[in-house]
Amino acid sequence: MGSFDLLMQGFENAFTPTNLLYACIGVLLGTAVGVLPGIGPAMTLALLLPITYSVEPASALIMFAGIYYGGMYGGSTTSILLNTPGESSSVVTAIEGNKMAKAGRAAQALATAAIGSFVAGTIGTLLLVLFAPKLATEVVKLGAPSYFALLLLALFAVTAVLGSSRLRGFTALFIGLAIGLVGTSTGQPRLTFGSPLLADGIDIVVVAVAIFAIGEALWVASHLRRRPLDIIPVGQPWMSRDDWGRSWKPWLRGTAFGFPFGALPAGGAELPTFLSYITERKLAKNPEEFGHGAIEGVAGPEAANNASAAGTLVPLLAMGLPTTATAAVILLAFQSYGIETGPGLFDSQPILVWTLLASLFIGNTLLLVLNLPLAPVWAKLLQIPRPYLYAGILFFASLGAYSVNFQWFDLLILLVIGLLGLAMRRFGLPVLPLIIGVILGPRLEAQLTEALAISSGDVSTLWSEPVAVIVYVIIGATLLFIVGNGLRTMAANNRKQVSA
Amino acid sequence: MTTTQHTPPGQSRVVDKAQYGLAAGIGVAGAYVIYDATTLHKGFADQPVQPYTFPFIVGAGLIVLAALLALATARGDVPELEEGEDVDLTKGSDWVTVGKLVVVFALNFALISWLGWAITGALLFAGTAHVLGARSIVRSLAIGVVLSVLSWYGFYSGLGLAIPAGVLDGVL
Repeated sequence: MGSFDLLMQGFENAFTPTNLLYACIGVLLGTAVGVLPGIGPAMTLALLLPITYSVEPASALIMFAGIYYGGMYGGSTTSILLNTPGESSSVVTAIEGNKMAKAGRAAQALATAAIGSFVAGTIGTLLLVLFAPKLATEVVKLGAPSYFALLLLALFAVTAVLGSSRLRGFTALFIGLAIGLVGTSTGQPRLTFGSPLLADGIDIVVVAVAIFAIGEALWVASHLRRRPLDIIPVGQPWMSRDDWGRSWKPWLRGTAFGFPFGALPAGGAELPTFLSYITERKLAKNPEEFGHGAIEGVAGPEAANNASAAGTLVPLLAMGLPTTATAAVILLAFQSYGIETGPGLFDSQPILVWTLLASLFIGNTLLLVLNLPLAPVWAKLLQIPRPYLYAGILFFASLGAYSVNFQWFDLLILLVIGLLGLAMRRFGLPVLPLIIGVILGPRLEAQLTEALAISSGDVSTLWSEPVAVIVYVIIGATLLFIVGNGLRTMAANNRKQVSA
Repeated sequence: MTTTQHTPPGQSRVVDKAQYGLAAGIGVAGAYVIYDATTLHKGFADQPVQPYTFPFIVGAGLIVLAALLALATARGDVPELEEGEDVDLTKGSDWVTVGKLVVVFALNFALISWLGWAITGALLFAGTAHVLGARSIVRSLAIGVVLSVLSWYGFYSGLGLAIPAGVLDGVL
């Protein structure tokens, strides 16, 4: 059966009333949490993981995908109306979006963000449908050595390419790898402190909830803003002919930036949104408008943001490699259903995957239909009293962690790792490498074991496949570049200090 | 030169002393990972990767990173604090509130086996909301009770999972 038939079958499954309902809930919930300060899509998905215990896999994943896309859109609403972006991916949107809102053009800014997200999301999902199955059929032919190399690349790329401090990135990664060691997966207890409660390892759900929800809530509590934020009131979003004319090209260019970056192992939306912004500024007919609320500066980055969200699903579905925090939690959802993620996913779970892909198109359309009229409601959400908001986050985080095993011990782990999450925010350690380390660390060990078991212990098998060699060359070159750059900066600083 | 520098010339160098504590903690954790690895036996014959191989690598990595972090701290490297909509970095840190939240949280897991989620969940919500500055205790309690009882029934009828009810066993 060709991809098209499979996709049509996916649409058939996605259009059942139950699945449509889950798509609606997902999109609404996603937008709401995207708008709400302090909660992002990754945290929401982590809190909702318990539903995977009883809801059908397809329905749950459809809802999760809706939350992912909705959260992206909700984040842009906040940054336009508040000028304090909650997610790093909407930082760029805030630059022009908030200026537009202050100039009385909030409705147009929200409209170009919503329609641009729809355009980019739809094109991005189309590209995902085209590329992911092809990539998966290639990757599935690779052996354990290549897959081991790809896992290494994912860990390395997420840590080294994103974030401002690589030292802190690697520190977070190794803490994550250490947490991933806990348990008896190798037949002997490792780092269990002699406790049988730790024999099965630390549940990744608990780690994710602790790092995202508890760590964030405690960090906000330590720096809670006591005065209310200035929220710009907004009516029904709309755009004039002129706004349309200025928006459509940035949407397409933003999509072109966003999707490939999202699909790379070092995915994420920071870089493509920024690139889109500077491109639009360069190409604008009246660049002096930038910095004072240029609609192109909202349209482009917002499209890039959503296209990259679609792009991150390529490595996730085709290789089982998560490259963003949200993708990491979606992977956990697959795992908690006992679904083997990796290149074989398209073969082993065709109905599930294609239903998920079809529902991405539906979710994207729902986002547009629901969010344009609902924008004033979302703006109201920003006024929720903060004590209740953060008490609610702590409440649902505890519930989510407790529901894993109904053991008080998990709540203790939740608090301990939550405090770690607080410390990470205090010391500027990025969260993503830790989560990816916890998830991929054990898989790295398993792949290495498999590779060496096949070669009966001969280490040279690791570089016996061309893909593996290419990946190691990429890692090596990046590492050289980083070390060289670090040394240059250090030398420059030393010179400065001597002359100062 | 356009390289970023944390300490502009002429000003005294800022050292984030607490970061030494973080470095020490990571170093100790790395040392423990290595110590734990030394207690492991050789793996089975069909285990080409020894159970202690990864712990040695991770532990060593943690120790090296801790040393680098200490070095960077001494050279005046300060962390970039995380920002957010509700985060006000212009004021100092309020660790007292965090401490109180931790106490409320600890009460929750200390009492949950005995009292059950329906009660401790409500107390958790009311307690943390109060610590965070909610004005009316009665209202916080009311919201907490509604949330915890609803979540109990939501899990029970929606997900088919019975959260242990504690002392309310048979009542709910």
